[in-house]
Amino acid sequence: MTDDATAARRATIRDALGLGVAVGLYGAAFGAAAVAAGLDAWQACALSLLMFTGASQFALVGVLGAGGGVLAAVGSAVLLGTRNTIYGVRLVPLLRPRGGLRRLATAHLVIDESTALALAAPDPGNARLAFTVGGGSIFLGWNLTTLLGALGADALTGPWLAALDAVVPAAFLALLWPRLQRTSAEPGAQRRVALGGAVVALVLTPVVPAGVQVIAAVAAVALAGGWRR
Amino acid sequence: MSATWVAVLAGCLGCYLLKLAGLSVPAAWVEHPVVRRVVDFVPAALLGALVAVQAATSGSALVVDGRLAALAVAALALALRAPFVVVLLLAGATGAGVDLFL
Repeated sequence: MTDDATAARRATIRDALGLGVAVGLYGAAFGAAAVAAGLDAWQACALSLLMFTGASQFALVGVLGAGGGVLAAVGSAVLLGTRNTIYGVRLVPLLRPRGGLRRLATAHLVIDESTALALAAPDPGNARLAFTVGGGSIFLGWNLTTLLGALGADALTGPWLAALDAVVPAAFLALLWPRLQRTSAEPGAQRRVALGGAVVALVLTPVVPAGVQVIAAVAAVALAGGWRR
Repeated sequence: MSATWVAVLAGCLGCYLLKLAGLSVPAAWVEHPVVRRVVDFVPAALLGALVAVQAATSGSALVVDGRLAALAVAALALALRAPFVVVLLLAGATGAGVDLFL
């Protein structure tokens, strides 16, 4: 292997591990939010282990915490999970997962960050490396910090609980923020869609069962945005 | 099994199958322009709705409390390019502060 190739591999691994550690920290916020929403630590950890896609996890516990039913909660999580399907389609030519078992394992690691790492890598070899190292380190960090966050939140009372209540909407805003910036595709349309979602959800809140307003807002706004040119 | 466990496990299964589908279905099914545009807009619509519901509602009522103040602080921090963890800490401190002093 040439020096250049070695350097590229090192850079890929360094970026992937760095992102893994940084994203892993969000897990503490998720674990705490899940417990604040009324889930127990087992359920919080099951979500991080088995769902392993942060925005969907936050959505599920957010809707349950707001008093929403099972269908509304699962619906929100699944709607947010649809983007992972698109990621998978883009990753297949890079990762070429062969064999049933490898495909099953690869699928579990398909998330925003592992996809971004793989697509940013200079060649397919580094893409596979970035996807595996990044996805793997995020998985470890995310699950460990979910457990810590869930156990920590159990001990919270008074102003600490108020702090936790305030962290959840801020976390959603932080997840939303990059989509509204000039660097994303169609930032103007994304801003209108996000604002539309917020307004429709607030207007529906007094008149529909808890959690349903979120799904209804998404259906209305995403469909309107998708068909308009 | 409690309703919460049903939601957790059904949500996990649904999200995993969506991931697996991306690696398994023909690209043309998913790359249809209308499908792609709708999927592109779902996260912004959903996250926008969730921000609003988590910050300004309680049950079926619209409420204004420390969460809204915390959201404003978080927006300011994000505009100043603060890291995610700093944004959450500032929001949490604001929510706790409003609870303690107002």
